[in-house]
Amino acid sequence: MPYDKEQGMITRREFLQASLAASAIYGVSGFGNWSRLAAQQALTQDQLLQFDDFGNVTLIHITDIHAQLKPIWFREPEWNIGVGEAKGQPPHVVGKAFQEMFKIAPSSPEAYALTYEDFAALGKAYGRMGGMDRVATVVKAIRAARPDSLLLDGGDTWHGSMTSLLTKGQDVVNVMNALGVEAMTSHWEWTLGTERVKEIVDSLPFPFLGANIFDAEWDEPAFEPYKIFEKAGLRIAVIGQAFPYMPIANPKWMFPEYSFGIREERMQEVVDEVRAEGVDLVVCLSHNGFDVDKKMASRVTGIDVILTGHTHDAIPEPVLVGQTILIASGSHGKFVSRVDLDVQGGKMMGFRHKLIPIFSDVITPDADMAALIDAERAPFKAQLEEKIGTTESLLYRRGNFQGTWDDLICNAVRSERDTQIALSPGVRWGASLLPGDPITREDIHNVTSMTYGQVYRTEMTGETLKTVLEDVADNIFNPDPYYQQGGDMVRIGGMGFSCDVSKDIGNRISEMVLLDTGEAIDPAKSYTVGGWASVNEGTEGPQIWDVVEAHIKKLGTVRLEPNSSVKATGI
Amino acid sequence: MTLTRRKALTLGVGGIAFAAIPGLSAAATVEELTAAFTAGAAPAMDGITLTTPEIAENGNTVPVSVDAPGAVAIMLMASGNPEPAVATFTFGPAAGRQFAATRIRLAKTQDVIALAKMADGSIKQAQSTVKVTIGGCGG
Repeated sequence: MPYDKEQGMITRREFLQASLAASAIYGVSGFGNWSRLAAQQALTQDQLLQFDDFGNVTLIHITDIHAQLKPIWFREPEWNIGVGEAKGQPPHVVGKAFQEMFKIAPSSPEAYALTYEDFAALGKAYGRMGGMDRVATVVKAIRAARPDSLLLDGGDTWHGSMTSLLTKGQDVVNVMNALGVEAMTSHWEWTLGTERVKEIVDSLPFPFLGANIFDAEWDEPAFEPYKIFEKAGLRIAVIGQAFPYMPIANPKWMFPEYSFGIREERMQEVVDEVRAEGVDLVVCLSHNGFDVDKKMASRVTGIDVILTGHTHDAIPEPVLVGQTILIASGSHGKFVSRVDLDVQGGKMMGFRHKLIPIFSDVITPDADMAALIDAERAPFKAQLEEKIGTTESLLYRRGNFQGTWDDLICNAVRSERDTQIALSPGVRWGASLLPGDPITREDIHNVTSMTYGQVYRTEMTGETLKTVLEDVADNIFNPDPYYQQGGDMVRIGGMGFSCDVSKDIGNRISEMVLLDTGEAIDPAKSYTVGGWASVNEGTEGPQIWDVVEAHIKKLGTVRLEPNSSVKATGI
Repeated sequence: MTLTRRKALTLGVGGIAFAAIPGLSAAATVEELTAAFTAGAAPAMDGITLTTPEIAENGNTVPVSVDAPGAVAIMLMASGNPEPAVATFTFGPAAGRQFAATRIRLAKTQDVIALAKMADGSIKQAQSTVKVTIGGCGG
């Protein structure tokens, strides 16, 4: 441990108790004893918010809400393979292993919030999570207890819903302004295009930080790198780090003026600069992704806290790297992190942390925020809420290789675009639906909404398909985190394959097979392929949400068979 | 090693000269270029900083910089290009800093290698892998 206990560092044990207070209180286990009513009675807002104030300043972190203003279901991943040094380390621990690592009782509220086990059944018991009106209640309560607090948004905020697409992010911007965000960084924001980003940034009452956003032509810093806040008589530097692989993972033609990158040496420079200014605390508000931040923390000195984002990990306790603590606050509004810090004489002496789960049936919505959200949705209400079909299967996306939402999307692409093979991007956003749920147009948008949703139809050779798979696999399973872009594997319909995650690029993918006929994919042969979210300018085709809607309308009821087309090895 | 063509242009920082080398032959290998530049001296891996992006945003123009305090010359190589020789920068006694930055084209994922020759003839080396990707899917 980097901190001297006598100086106030709380022990790991105390810290675990603080962060998992809810577990200690609701140590009830055993699936089946929980009706929804019982859950509502057992969990109270006060207990979720319970926190013994610590130190002299508080950070409030929310990230990757993906424009989800209303409560949603969100199933955490069943597959989140760690490679190299990350193997077996959070966040690459899932399900029962995660529950054991963090002493979470099976079937408890925390098990539901943080792991995938029994998701459908527990979802019915514990209800949806998130909702920015509930988040507003939590933020207000923390601020009331801790006037010296700082609310920071890690980005992926203005994208991910039908209303955010239709309003070009304005609905979320209005909500986040009302929430009182004090600084943010960015990723999917840029898919609104440079002009719109600049228009919004000019209107924001807080800084849009990105020390690693450079002018592409002159290779010079283009955005505010940091802001120094004064709280509790302390000077706190918040350095923004935007998503490093913006022009690679998303369409660079939408923001050709800018270059990104990890730019580790730039981060060190900026940290040194604010340290030289004599700040008391250095916080990095990052959209690097957890493993990238972990590596950066081990190489850049002088950062006290990294508020991580991008990879959507919810970790119930901070991860310590040298003198730096890493906070992972989940996604889609499911969690808010409260981090109390004791800062004395320009040094972080200790911390207390809680990952607060936003159980929407337990936390009272903030009335003003609820009214604002309803007002934002009102013009689109009929479109949003139109029922397109019903699902009998659990629909989710998160997972390294597959999710049922993408099975459905790939089926839709293959059927509506008449192709042998379908590709669906391995993004990590997208709310889940429980068996029995209606599928509304909004639900479809929640897993497809974007500014480049055209569904292309093309031909690819077997060799090209292999190259695509190898390339994407290396973005996930390269043992050096700096080469990981933080998404999941591209999803494939109509084709099966094996992936040995322990191999290097070019050698991970094998046993490619066309599922229609069972024949091996021939490198020299061409196959018809449909897909969406192409980063190429000028991609033509119908929008993915229209393709999925047409498919679901024909099906009426969605029923998905278990999908065993991908074999992962070398884990 | 004979330079068939030597082109020097002054960069913004006073005193730094830039020399583009077309290579020893049509496509001298990294080994050949290294042997010619180092005269056989074994390189040390410290005292030189090579900065490249981990993943190229555009493989046709990848920003690369090298900082080697005390160097008289720095050679840059792109090991996976058809022609690995990129440039050799030479520094005269008036150079305030032995630093060079340029943009290079990378045909594919490969190691970029920088060698610095010090006044005493000793050699320093740094290298880093730059990935040239067809594009992934950000979360």
